[in-house]
Amino acid sequence: MNISLLINSIYIISALLFIAGLKMMTSPSSARLGNMISASGMLIAILITLLEQGIINYEWISLGIIIGGVIGVVVSRLVQMTEIPEMVAIFNGFGGIASLMVAWAALYPELTNFNIRNGYLVGSSNTMLMAIIVMSILIGGITFSGSLVAYGKLSEKIPGNAYLIPGQRLISSCIVFTLLFVSYRFIFGYATNSNEFIAVIILALMLGIILVIPIGGADMPVVISLLNSCSGLAACTVGFVLNNNLLIVAGSLVGASGLILTNIMCKAMNRSLKNVLFSSFGAVKLTTKTIQGKVKQLNIEETYLMLEAASSVVIVPGYGMAVAQAQHVVQELTVLLEANDCEVNFAIHPVAGRMPGHMNVLLSESNVPYEKLVEIDDINRQMPSIDIAIVIGANDIVNPAAYNDKNSPIYGMPIIKVHDAGIVIVLKRSMASGFSGVENGLFFGENTLMLFGDAKKSIMNLVAEFKS
Amino acid sequence: MEIILTCFVFILSLLLGFELINKIPATLHTPLMSGTNAISGITVVGAIISSGSGDQTASVILGTAAVVFATINVVGGYMVTDRMLTMLKKKPKTSER
Repeated sequence: MNISLLINSIYIISALLFIAGLKMMTSPSSARLGNMISASGMLIAILITLLEQGIINYEWISLGIIIGGVIGVVVSRLVQMTEIPEMVAIFNGFGGIASLMVAWAALYPELTNFNIRNGYLVGSSNTMLMAIIVMSILIGGITFSGSLVAYGKLSEKIPGNAYLIPGQRLISSCIVFTLLFVSYRFIFGYATNSNEFIAVIILALMLGIILVIPIGGADMPVVISLLNSCSGLAACTVGFVLNNNLLIVAGSLVGASGLILTNIMCKAMNRSLKNVLFSSFGAVKLTTKTIQGKVKQLNIEETYLMLEAASSVVIVPGYGMAVAQAQHVVQELTVLLEANDCEVNFAIHPVAGRMPGHMNVLLSESNVPYEKLVEIDDINRQMPSIDIAIVIGANDIVNPAAYNDKNSPIYGMPIIKVHDAGIVIVLKRSMASGFSGVENGLFFGENTLMLFGDAKKSIMNLVAEFKS
Repeated sequence: MEIILTCFVFILSLLLGFELINKIPATLHTPLMSGTNAISGITVVGAIISSGSGDQTASVILGTAAVVFATINVVGGYMVTDRMLTMLKKKPKTSER
C-alpha cells in the first residue's frame, strides 16, 4: 500500500477528530470528552507521521518528544489557575517559534538548489515557496517575541502599564520597511548571502516586541487572544510550506478561534482592535470630572445583618478578587447564604479576568457550579429584582460612567448594572480608581455602601459571623 | 495549481472554525484557548519530518528544537485543559432543602 496515501487518510481522520472535539466544547458537560477526542486526533497524527519515508533517524525525534513531553506535564501540573493567562501566553509563543523553526529548516534543502550566478544566490526559481517561507517566519517570529512580552507583562516581570517608547511610530515603520526590503531581496533571489535570511528573523522578532510593549495590562485579554490566533496562523503557513493539509486545517481552526475571542474581548471593552493595538490607553486624556457626593461606609456586622435578611444576592467578581485569592472564601460565603434560603448568582463580565473566560475558571476551581455564572445581558435584566449586589475587586466593569458620561474614556463599554439592584455593597481596599484610571460614580451612589479593607479578610469575617 | 487547492482548504476550514467557535459559551473560553493552543502544536508533525530527515545538520537541529517546543504545547495544552474541565461542576443536586 502506498504509504503516503495511508498517512494522508489518517490526517483526514485526525482533522475530523479536531473538529469533533471543538464541536463538543460547545457544552460544559461534553467539553472534557471533546478535549480528549482532540488529543487523540493529535496522537494519531504524530504516530502516523513517524512512518513518513523521509525519516531515517528517530533518535532526535524521540529526544525532542521526551524533553517537550516532560516539560509539558510538569508545567500543566504546577500551574496555578490564576497563572493560566501567563501560561497560555508563553505557549502561544512556543507555537510561534516552533513554526518559525520548521519553516527555517524547510529552507535548507532549497538552499542546496541555489546556484551562484553573477554573485547572486539565485533561488530555485520557486518564488512562491520562498514567499510562503518568509511569511511563516514573519508570523512565527512576531508571535514568539510578542508572546514573550505579553508573558512578561502578565507575570509582572516587566512593567504592565501602557507606555510609549519615544519615537515608537518611527522605529516600527523603520522595522517594517527594512523587513519588506530584505524579504523582497530574498523572495526574488537578489540575496547575495543566505545570512540575509537571518535578518528577516531578527526583524520579525523586533517587530513582535515593539508591537506589544506599548499595550497596557488591562488590554492583555485582547492581546493574548490575538496571539493565540497568530500561533494558529503560523502553523497554517507552515502547512503551506510543507504542503500539508492537516497543518492548514488545524492551524486555521485555531486562527479562527483566536480571532473570534479577540472580537468578543474588543466588544466587551467597546474598543476597536486598531484602538487597542495602536493607542495606549494610558495616553488617553482623562476628563478629570471629580464626582461630588458622600461615601457611605459599612462595617462587618451591618453587612452581615443585611445579607442575613436578603433573599437574592448577586456577586460581581473582578480581577482584584483573584489577586486576593478570595474566591474560595467567597464560595464558602455562597454556601452559607444558600443555606439561609438566599439565591446567589455570579455576574461575569467578559473582561473580568486576564483572559477570555478566566473568571469562570477561577470560580469553578473553588467549586462554584457553572450554572451560577451568569453572563452580563442576562444578569442586567434580573438586576432590578435583586436585593443585594456585592462587588468584589471590580471597578471599571460596574462604572455607570460607561453609559451616562459621554466624556468618559470608558463611555459605551457594556457594564454590569449593579446600581439597579436594591443595595450595592462594594468591597474595596481604598478609593483608588481601576485599571483605566477613571473615577467611579458608583461609589457615591444613593444605594451604595462601601466595605473597606482587604476583600479576603472582610469575607472571612462575614463567614465567621454567619457561622456564629 | 496546487497552491489554489491548499488555499481552498484553508478558506473552508477557516469558515468552519468561525461557525464552530461562535457557539462556544463564555464559561469555556479559557479551556478553549488552551485547547486550541494544544491544537496549534500540530506543527510538531512538520517538526518531526525535518528532525528525522538526517541529511542536513541544520535542519535536524532546528527540527529537534521545534519538536521540543511543539510537544510542550501539545502535552501541556491538552493536560491543562483537562485539568480545567474536570473542575467544571454541575450544581450538586441536593434535596436537603
